Amino acid sequence: MAKINIDRERCKGCLFCISFCPKGLIGIDKRLNRRGVEPVKFKEQGECLGCAMCAIICPDCCIEVYKNSQKFNV
Amino acid sequence: MVLRKIYGHPKSLRNVSTHYCAGCGHGIAHRLIAEVVDELDIRERTVAIAPVGCAVLAYDYWDFDCSEAAHGRALAVATGIKQVRPQNIVFTYQGDGDLAAIGTNETIHTANRGENLTVVFINNAVYGMTGGQMAPTTLLGQRTATTPKGREARLQGYPLKISELLAQLPAVKYIERVSLHSPQEVVKAKRAIKEAFKNQINNEGFSLVEILSPCPTYWQMSPSKALDWIREAMIKEFPLGRIK
Amino acid sequence: MSKKILMSGNVAMGEGAIQAGCFFYAGYPITPQNELIAYMAKQMPEAGRIFIQAESELAAINMVFGAAAAGARAMTSSSSPGMSLKQEGISYIAGAELPAVIINVMRGGPGLGNISPAQSDYFQATRSGGHGDYHSIVLAPSSAQEAYDLMYVAFDLADRYRNPVIILSDGMLGQMMEPVQLSDKNNLKTENRKQKTKKWALTGCEDRAPNIIRSLYLKEGALERLNLVLQKKYNLIKNKEQRFEGMFLDDAKIILVAYGTMARIAKSVVVKLRSKGKKAGLIRPITLWPFPDEAFKSRHSAVKSYLVTEMSYGQMLEDVRLTVNGSRKVEFLGRAGGSIPTEEEIIKKVKSLMFKV
Repeated sequence: MAKINIDRERCKGCLFCISFCPKGLIGIDKRLNRRGVEPVKFKEQGECLGCAMCAIICPDCCIEVYKNSQKFNV
Repeated sequence: MVLRKIYGHPKSLRNVSTHYCAGCGHGIAHRLIAEVVDELDIRERTVAIAPVGCAVLAYDYWDFDCSEAAHGRALAVATGIKQVRPQNIVFTYQGDGDLAAIGTNETIHTANRGENLTVVFINNAVYGMTGGQMAPTTLLGQRTATTPKGREARLQGYPLKISELLAQLPAVKYIERVSLHSPQEVVKAKRAIKEAFKNQINNEGFSLVEILSPCPTYWQMSPSKALDWIREAMIKEFPLGRIK
Repeated sequence: MSKKILMSGNVAMGEGAIQAGCFFYAGYPITPQNELIAYMAKQMPEAGRIFIQAESELAAINMVFGAAAAGARAMTSSSSPGMSLKQEGISYIAGAELPAVIINVMRGGPGLGNISPAQSDYFQATRSGGHGDYHSIVLAPSSAQEAYDLMYVAFDLADRYRNPVIILSDGMLGQMMEPVQLSDKNNLKTENRKQKTKKWALTGCEDRAPNIIRSLYLKEGALERLNLVLQKKYNLIKNKEQRFEGMFLDDAKIILVAYGTMARIAKSVVVKLRSKGKKAGLIRPITLWPFPDEAFKSRHSAVKSYLVTEMSYGQMLEDVRLTVNGSRKVEFLGRAGGSIPTEEEIIKKVKSLMFKV
């Protein structure tokens, strides 16, 4: 079991994470953030693997990944 | 069932948002360096030299000692620092204009002296900060503010392969070209950066990592298209992998 | 009494720099200062210091920027064309408030010029040849001994004010050999006197917040604030660091004004004129920036006119005119391009002025 936290205010809407999430669990949030950008949001109900692809490709360090397994080292 | 954080913000990266455009590769590269500095536990020994370019404000993002340098002169400044304080880990972070246009002389001679330095070279095929002009690494046919009809070899020469050039110098220890166009590539980029820093820690001499990096704004593409363009166009001209 | 050694001006500056604790030197070959880079190449490693021959004068000044940013006493040297290449770097050193010593052994210009002595880089040094409102402190020795002595002063001023210091020598002073009395007083070579640690330097942020060496200030008003800090520093330097030598100033009717090699010729002119009962005097600026206007303020009521002599077409002349500000006539005699005004020419000029006066 795993999940991610997205800093929606820091997101600039590059959408990299959406194209690389293997489970398609990240979508666009229509509610603008302070930048006037539609940030991304995590679809809670999906089966997140905690693979951290989204966090690795995010240029703005918006994503934290939480998982129950041992320390993940890239 | 307790979920532990397994991936997040590196210590050596200030917890602030950056001025970079959406989808710009600088943000990723900054983070990789911070992760490597944390993992090698060298934050308190590290001295960075920022370029003149989009990353001129890099010291607002890294949380360790940093110096500015005149455009193209980061490697001369780095030489001065490293020679005087060999116990510090000194690296330059430079763009294609900084390292391979105005700074080519410093790049070649610092490498040729085999200065024990680490160079992180961001190749995004344009001058970003000043509005998307042609860089030495602009591809043939690529439109920029100064090649409105696309770069033409007859007029502006060919994309400069500085890494391959430097590989000829005997004193150069390590050169690898990596990319940021997918998470897998980012992981490889981090491994190369770590290698380059380890070389310096072990006094092995001059190490350089060239990172193909997206610049959606001045490639005039969406961020995702920019990643595709690296894969489909840039890599043909700038093949990835270990060069030396 | 330590020994007296026959040395060229260039070597004297090298030895003086090493004794003053210069830890990093980066240079590039250019006549007429090659004796200095050769001396440093040999002596610096022996003193456990760093010597680098850079790929260009431009690279050398930026290496000095780095070494200074890391807290070391750093120096580079060159001659006129090379100095032109260093101007951007010097502006950065001033903007980042870094201490550094830069030696210019001047030669004939403009362009490739020649390798004979000249003083045509006065403006470049004192008005600052780089971009922005900044000043380097500029010192002008007129003998090998003084060139040696001024090195300690230069490094001290650079550290004290965190500012670039330029030594203006010339091809003759640099290559002419003269006896130099090496002093033990400030000999740092042997006892490695610990210089004050520089808390602002880039040494790795252990036990402190990270340091940043910068001159880029984009936020509104920020760069202006830096400039005001610099201006305050420059005014302080103007008040405290003026240096000059005066001769026969009290009763002089005509005062020659000259520095460096030119001052040696002017001095013998004054002595000759005095021997013929002519009341001539000499002001020899040692700091060219800050220009020693104090030398002109002490009321030599007797003086009728000043005669500025330079190996240029009148650069320090402007500073003298600014200082005298019309209260007296300021005449000029100068030759450049490697040619040097002779005693006879100066005496003839003085006579023409004295009779007119």
